[in-house]
Amino acid sequence: MTRVGLFVTCLVDLMRPQVGFAAVKLLEAAGCEVHVPNAQTCCGQPAWNAGDDKDTAALARRIVDVFEEFDYVVAPSGSCAGMLRNHYPDVLKDDPAYAERARALAAKSHELISFLVNERGTDHVIARCEATACYHDSCSALREMGVKAEPRTLLATVEGLTLEPLKDAEVCCGFGGLFSVKYPEISERMADDKISDAACTGADTLIGPDLGCLLHLAGRMKRQGKAMRVRHVAEVLADMGEGPALGEGEP
Amino acid sequence: MKQDPLAFREAAHKAMDDPRLKLALGRIKSHFQLGRGFAATHYPDFERLRDRGADIRAHALANLDTLLGTFERSVIARGGHVHWARDAKEAREIVLGILNESGARTVTKGKSMVTEEIALNPFLEANGIVPIETDLGEYIIQLRDEPPSHIIAPAFHLNKEDVADAFRAAHTSLDPARNLDERTTLVLEARQMLREKFEAADAGITGANFLAAQEGAAVIVTNEGNGDLTRLLPRTHIVVTGIEKVVPDLSDVAVLLRLLTRSATGQAITSYVSVMTGPRAAGETDGPEHFHVVLVDNGRTRLMGTDAEDTLRCIRCSACLNHCPIYAAVGGHAYGATYPGPIGAALNPNLLGLAAAHHHPNASTFCGRCAEVCPVKIPLPKIMRYWRAREVAAGLAPASARFGLGLWAFAAKRPALYRFGARMATRLLKRLAGKRGAVKALPLMGGWFAVRDLPAPQGKTFQEMWAEKK
Repeated sequence: MTRVGLFVTCLVDLMRPQVGFAAVKLLEAAGCEVHVPNAQTCCGQPAWNAGDDKDTAALARRIVDVFEEFDYVVAPSGSCAGMLRNHYPDVLKDDPAYAERARALAAKSHELISFLVNERGTDHVIARCEATACYHDSCSALREMGVKAEPRTLLATVEGLTLEPLKDAEVCCGFGGLFSVKYPEISERMADDKISDAACTGADTLIGPDLGCLLHLAGRMKRQGKAMRVRHVAEVLADMGEGPALGEGEP
Repeated sequence: MKQDPLAFREAAHKAMDDPRLKLALGRIKSHFQLGRGFAATHYPDFERLRDRGADIRAHALANLDTLLGTFERSVIARGGHVHWARDAKEAREIVLGILNESGARTVTKGKSMVTEEIALNPFLEANGIVPIETDLGEYIIQLRDEPPSHIIAPAFHLNKEDVADAFRAAHTSLDPARNLDERTTLVLEARQMLREKFEAADAGITGANFLAAQEGAAVIVTNEGNGDLTRLLPRTHIVVTGIEKVVPDLSDVAVLLRLLTRSATGQAITSYVSVMTGPRAAGETDGPEHFHVVLVDNGRTRLMGTDAEDTLRCIRCSACLNHCPIYAAVGGHAYGATYPGPIGAALNPNLLGLAAAHHHPNASTFCGRCAEVCPVKIPLPKIMRYWRAREVAAGLAPASARFGLGLWAFAAKRPALYRFGARMATRLLKRLAGKRGAVKALPLMGGWFAVRDLPAPQGKTFQEMWAEKK
């Protein structure tokens, strides 16, 4: 059986474990044996984007150690998967003990939804979600990992779900990791543009593949008192799209 | 207008509060993005063209010394002069020297970012020479005493009402009650005013989009024809450009031209493409008597051999600015530097220094759209990250960011500690969020909470719940 190491990602671990369970469910349905090493922490992306090469390399070596035994490494995030796939070979290129291993890990690292569709042949899901939704691609998934059609293909098979096209879908939502904290006003403007485009579709739900963008957008909507629900695509596909959305309070 | 790159945050804030600027910047999609998108889609194989362009530029940079030598010999063979400027100061002095020698007092100028980079105009003015910008956008911002806010559309931050105000204030010989509501009226008025300047100019200064080494040619593209009037009418023509602009020959220029205009405005070609090969030769009916090329280094060779070297491939098309969500939000002036947007973020740390240009490579989400549209495939986010790493290595990263990241990295390298910390954090956040479902504020996280709440976590970490389930 195909052994998949699930890279949970630090945000899912801390903020939205349900996305992790959704990923496990989808991977198992696709015939994978899912392992979740508990020595995983973070892929090091915050350090890498901040220019802290030393800490990034230390974290990258740890992820290589923990995950190289699996056939595939899969993450429910385009940016974390992109870190492993596109940046680890760079991060560890000068480390003779790890350079080759980082390249090998990169080659088998995938974003969850594109892995299901392209590597496992998943062409439908058994799920229900009564919602009119629009899909925010997230820049890393879209441009770094080339994921665009896959989530839309699977979402189209969710019962009760109508997907409305989102204008300027390729434009960043303004999260950008530490950018959102370092330049909050610019980030706010970008979020508001995205939220207003989403509202224009008439959708009641915003679905996306990366928890960072979603926490940022849901947090911004919450601050403004907007009612749109925000969910990770894995939750919706795993038939876990009916509980409280991100930032949704109790009645 | 003073340029201060360290005031980026405040300038950006101010810019986003300016409704007129927002209106102007709102045109970025219709003016540039749609055109570039249409041109790229309708060219038979634009991706392949980008590869060719990137190869040509990379090859040129790898052979820069040879190509520059060839270029110099070709220019001299046609009766022109080549000058080498190590930095901005030398470049300014060389230009002034040429102008003084030819007795020039009035100078027309074609659009040139390098002359902005070396701050040529204020220097000439201080030395009694009157430079007149002849590109319409440059003319407008010169009247307003502003730097360009965009590489190919220097007055992009303005609306036509702003231009009318500037013209009324500057063109005092015309009827103050004249109607300036229409764009065409504005263009005609600028043309009328500039015509006299063209005829009176002693010398003309242009930049160069490309230099062809074999032919000793400098090539510029314009849509207004002002470049030709600037270079052909006066006795002396001076080309001021960066050393990196050279390519082997005009066939390479032809490839890059296809990329440049499509990436910039979506045009298949500009209205004018001028190939300048030296002074008027025997039997020719037009052209300047004296032809000079000033080749400016100004830090360019410093980039060679670094991870930021690919920046030198740039052909200044502005596609990266036009597709940058940060640029679209704050406009060009907020950057406080000659080169705004992603290309500025790649160039400025070298040009202005790491500390002065701090915000430029940092104010990016790494969304990657700039690299996706770059005609010569410069990996712009990668280069911005390189500058961030240089900042960290030089101890220039802000202390608060270093502390926060340091703490996080310390824990992330210790899984048991990390798991414990995450368990505590998720519980605390869940409690703070309460029934509202989101946290409103937390100490030390002002950046996040300034504009948004934090959605509540579920109360346990995934690792915890996974272990319980097993």
